[in-house]
Amino acid sequence: MESARQALVEIAGISKQYGEGDARVDALRDVDLTVHRGGVVALLGPSGSGKTTLLNIIGCIIDPTEGRVRLDGELVYENRWLRRDLRKLRLDKIGFIFQFHNLLPFLNARDNVALVLTLAGRPPAEAQARAVELLDYLEVGHRKDAMPALLSGGEAQRVAIARALANSPRIILADEPTAALDSKRAGIVMDLMRKLAAEQDACIIAVTHDEKIYDRFDRLFHLRDGVLENENGEKP
Amino acid sequence: MNLAYRDVRHNLFRFVLTCLGLSLLMAVVLAMIGIYNGLVSDALNIVNAPRVDLWVVESGTQGPFAEASKIPGGTRDAVARLHGVSDAGSITYQTVEASHAGATLRLYVIGFEPGHPGGPQTIAEGRGITQSHFELVADRKTGLVVGDRLGLGRDSFAVVGLVEDVTNSGGDPAAFVTLADAQTLQSQLAPPAQRVQAARGAGLLESADTVAAVIARLEPTADPQDVAQTVRQWKHLGALTQAEQEAILIGSVVDRAKRQIGLFLGILLSVSAVVIALIIYTMTMEKLKQIATLKLIGAPDRTIVALIVQQSLALGGVGWSFGLILILLIKDYFPRRVVLEPVNAAALAGIILVVCIVASGLGVRAALKVDPATAIGG
Repeated sequence: MESARQALVEIAGISKQYGEGDARVDALRDVDLTVHRGGVVALLGPSGSGKTTLLNIIGCIIDPTEGRVRLDGELVYENRWLRRDLRKLRLDKIGFIFQFHNLLPFLNARDNVALVLTLAGRPPAEAQARAVELLDYLEVGHRKDAMPALLSGGEAQRVAIARALANSPRIILADEPTAALDSKRAGIVMDLMRKLAAEQDACIIAVTHDEKIYDRFDRLFHLRDGVLENENGEKP
Repeated sequence: MNLAYRDVRHNLFRFVLTCLGLSLLMAVVLAMIGIYNGLVSDALNIVNAPRVDLWVVESGTQGPFAEASKIPGGTRDAVARLHGVSDAGSITYQTVEASHAGATLRLYVIGFEPGHPGGPQTIAEGRGITQSHFELVADRKTGLVVGDRLGLGRDSFAVVGLVEDVTNSGGDPAAFVTLADAQTLQSQLAPPAQRVQAARGAGLLESADTVAAVIARLEPTADPQDVAQTVRQWKHLGALTQAEQEAILIGSVVDRAKRQIGLFLGILLSVSAVVIALIIYTMTMEKLKQIATLKLIGAPDRTIVALIVQQSLALGGVGWSFGLILILLIKDYFPRRVVLEPVNAAALAGIILVVCIVASGLGVRAALKVDPATAIGG
């Protein structure tokens, strides 16, 4: 059913090697992964299995050694990056949610969200209004003027989600988004992410170790020694 | 949204403390510039004070400031008669230490002929010298007031007037007396020495009618070089124009002090540059995770560079402003004159601007090298 929808992330034959000779480490081996619009998938696996490396490649942050990356229908990597301005690509198409929210400590909640909108060229007043709208939607609008240091873990992660979704990206990459939250808040945050992604026709790819939220994902992929497998232990 | 301003506001206390430290450094730099200017100004004050065009001195010397010069007292009449000279006056200079109010007072005593060039131009308080003997006009920095009496040599002088900002290149305040009194002061021995001289049959030494220089004002149509050339025809006399005298003072008398201060100023500016660079670098290194996040969410390099350069400029600007205010508030308490011209402050602002931009280069380099993957970790 999912394959009938538009693929937002398509990676094929992705390998990533660090070092050379005896010191060579194969972080990823011939990884294929396709995530469609509305898809919410988890990357599971022990530390060092290559989850974050895969997330970084999808996020156009590090170069794969070989393979092909297509994002939102656009081929962006094939032996080399085909887009010169990868930061602009990230700004337009990708939203990031981090384990420890990574809000800028010198901006209040509203400005942290408005920043990505102004970077994308939205007028300041419009950016501020959209930021407040998003924060209200995520039920953290009452804390819009609070600095990140004064926000609780759950509040800060909601602000981070608002920031990730502010530019209506098609692809949301999350690195342990609920690791700093208790199980109740983790469930709430995941539900919010799912809801917003569905509304924006986006997909979510999350790295997680948090078993409590496995049921919030459509599909679970396991990375073992750089090899990606689906729930049945098969290559996807 | 100005990220540099927001970051400064967020860490305001630390920023202000850093600026305060930098402003003290700027104040020292400005003080050094002011002391240098004061040195030059003081040196030129003395040579400019008589407002003359020509200095007639002992042949082969660059007197009376750079070298000792002694010429016969009668030279003034001969110079005054030269074609093109409108007025001439004899003058002597000597440094003496007197006692006043229980403290030692260093004075630069200028002996001049009342009615001729060489005396104080503007009396700030009291009057000029009207008597032939034992009257004195002093610079305010002496601490003397009109009506005070001051012992110089074996005589007591009445302070009848005060002038302002007349000091020698060493910063000693001036005291004007009549030429006759100055010559007496120069040749007079202390009573015991006088008695020894008398016992030896050497006679008194106070009769020597010599002066340090004769200064002359010229007719508006006269060429100073021509008149100087005429004076030089007398083999025992030399002549310097006002411009030459000023050049000698700057190039010779205050040259070593000027170079010393210049070198110190260079070191201070280098230290300031290193301090600014270190501060900016440290501030940037503390923000590497935030910079990585900015890169990850799509902020262009110019946003990150602006964050660092603007903070660097703010640091330099505030440091310069506080430093300027500080030095303007305390400059009058320095033992030597501190002269600050607007152009000095503007020049330092320009230097600080360049230093800040160059210094922020180190931070910018570190920031641009940050891998956005750092924000994700792993």
